Amino acid sequence: MSVDRARSREERRLKVLVAKPGLDGHDVGAKIVCRALRDAGFEVIYTGLRQSPRAIATAALQEDVDAVGLSILSGAHLPLCQAVAAALAEAGIEERVRWFVGGTIPERDHAPLRALGASDIFPTGTDFAEIATAIRRAVEEGQS
Amino acid sequence: MSRKEQGEPRPVVWESGIEIQPVYDAADVQVSGGLDAVGEPGRFPFTRGIHPRMYRQRPWTMRQYSGFGTAAETHERFLYLIRNGQTGLNVAFDLPTQCGLDSDDPLATGEVGRVGMAVDSLADMEEAFADIDLNRITVSLTINGAAAAIMAMYFAMARKRGYPLSELRGTAQNDILKEFIGRGTWIYPVAESVRLVGDTMEFCARHVPRYSPVSVCGYHIRESGATPAEEMAYGLAIARAYIDHALERGLAVDEFAKGISFNFDIHGNLWEQVAKFRAGRRLWARILKEEYGAENPRSMQMRMIAGGGGGGLTIEEPENNITRGATYAMASALSGTQTMALCSYDEAYTIPSEHAALLSLRTMQILMLETGLCDTVDPLAGSWFVETTTNQMERKILEIMERVEEEGGIVQAVAEGRVQAEVNRHAYLREQQIRAGEVKKVGVNCCKSDDAAATREVEFHPYRAEEAEKQIARLEKVRTERDAGEVAAALEQVRRAAAAGENVMPSIIDAVEIYATVGEVCGALRSVFGDYQEPVRF
Repeated sequence: MSVDRARSREERRLKVLVAKPGLDGHDVGAKIVCRALRDAGFEVIYTGLRQSPRAIATAALQEDVDAVGLSILSGAHLPLCQAVAAALAEAGIEERVRWFVGGTIPERDHAPLRALGASDIFPTGTDFAEIATAIRRAVEEGQS
Repeated sequence: MSRKEQGEPRPVVWESGIEIQPVYDAADVQVSGGLDAVGEPGRFPFTRGIHPRMYRQRPWTMRQYSGFGTAAETHERFLYLIRNGQTGLNVAFDLPTQCGLDSDDPLATGEVGRVGMAVDSLADMEEAFADIDLNRITVSLTINGAAAAIMAMYFAMARKRGYPLSELRGTAQNDILKEFIGRGTWIYPVAESVRLVGDTMEFCARHVPRYSPVSVCGYHIRESGATPAEEMAYGLAIARAYIDHALERGLAVDEFAKGISFNFDIHGNLWEQVAKFRAGRRLWARILKEEYGAENPRSMQMRMIAGGGGGGLTIEEPENNITRGATYAMASALSGTQTMALCSYDEAYTIPSEHAALLSLRTMQILMLETGLCDTVDPLAGSWFVETTTNQMERKILEIMERVEEEGGIVQAVAEGRVQAEVNRHAYLREQQIRAGEVKKVGVNCCKSDDAAATREVEFHPYRAEEAEKQIARLEKVRTERDAGEVAAALEQVRRAAAAGENVMPSIIDAVEIYATVGEVCGALRSVFGDYQEPVRF
């Protein structure tokens, strides 16, 4: 665990990995959220397109992030999130890294995504401040 | 004192950065460059349209983007659209196909047939187009990274059904440079990808001369955040890169330039779109004639599909998108497009339902048959406002193109991720303006219904995992029934041609004809070219 992590939340910027799992190439939303989170004071890492669940978990581990945001617009969010959750568990960071899903996610899939371990779901159009607040809160709750 | 305090209206500035006056007159046209470049319809520089009689002679083709699930399901939707009067097909492929993967690839899990039709082998292509008259219905293949393989399959299918390649018409999107900017279905590194586009252009120029192998897409660049002026400028810069590449192969410009068509986006300010298209047409004609020395007028004509862009649609109060679509289609008709497609009202969040796709088709038909939009050519010509802004837009587009050139050209800008970063910066600014209410979106940041029905749960296209299983079973059957030794030898020929720098199209057609799969062909090319490494910037 890094020295950073031992410090209090107030002293360091939260680190978020924004990832595009699956084959979906719609990355405007992901990149906009990257900029919005950066402007909101987060340290943001963006993976780029077409990341395998394992690659996302590896990046989360190596970069020692507090949270992972998955952007999915193809409709394949359930199978992809299941795979990412499994990969985070395999990497042994499912307890310490909160993960979130954004994109075209219908209401009826919110509960199944939470059951898979998603801390929150941000459908298209979610307020930037709301996203930032939800990530902060979830990370803090995870620490307490 | 601010303008508001003085009681002056707020300035009106288009996204492209052109400030609009409350009133225009003849003097404004003169100051902006005059009317000399307007010309006549069907004649250089084609400001008023590429045909002398435009829609009086031939109304626009209606070609909705469609495809999902298996080839059999897609075939049904195709027949449905044709029965309802659609005159062309625009094929959507699923993401594994677009990324050059077979349906049983581990990376394809959960994605087979989801956002388009799954194609693994020639068998799927044969089923999708069975009984469709390829002379009457022109087919546009929305395929980029895997274009060489999919075009080869289309050609093989057509030839097998008795259509000589020398007569075959149709379009492939096959614009890989814009995939690196937006849309993202790249496979190989930038230089190798452009080389493959060159192979398809060269092959078509020599063997499928009536086919349009490249449709340069400003559309997705605009959808990724570019302004209308940037959309046109980057599109033209990309088209120029393909021309340069084809010339390096020793092709003459008039042999292949007519095979380059365009795909543009329409959303936002109606007049800005009109100016963009009229100016773009003129610039393309000049580039071809003056820069490249084209002599055939067809080489200078900007043929285009221009449709309602998804970027303007909203998930909030989705039925409002029907109205938006109608205005986009109207802008398209007023701009002299050859082919029209409209994003359906539910397309902001899902694969269009049959009902939504039909409404889009009906929208275009109502405009064509009930409103008089086809009565006369370029009805806005001569308007002081439209001619002034056409001149101003032309200058804006040129400025952007010149900047791209000064900075090393579009291929380098894309390879380094500079265009991507610039476009994304605009996307973020625009999103902030919408969220702050500075840019109005009805039903989103103003004029919102409090009616619960308006914000009810929207319908999503169902994804049926059993269809994916069916597709995989079908692929396995194809693999067992073909001659494995022959296929392996054919794939080796693809690899050899790729490594030797020869045109890969003949060897790919040979391979897919004996049912080599998309994944195998793209895998063979990948083994020579390698994979693209995305410069991750935001």
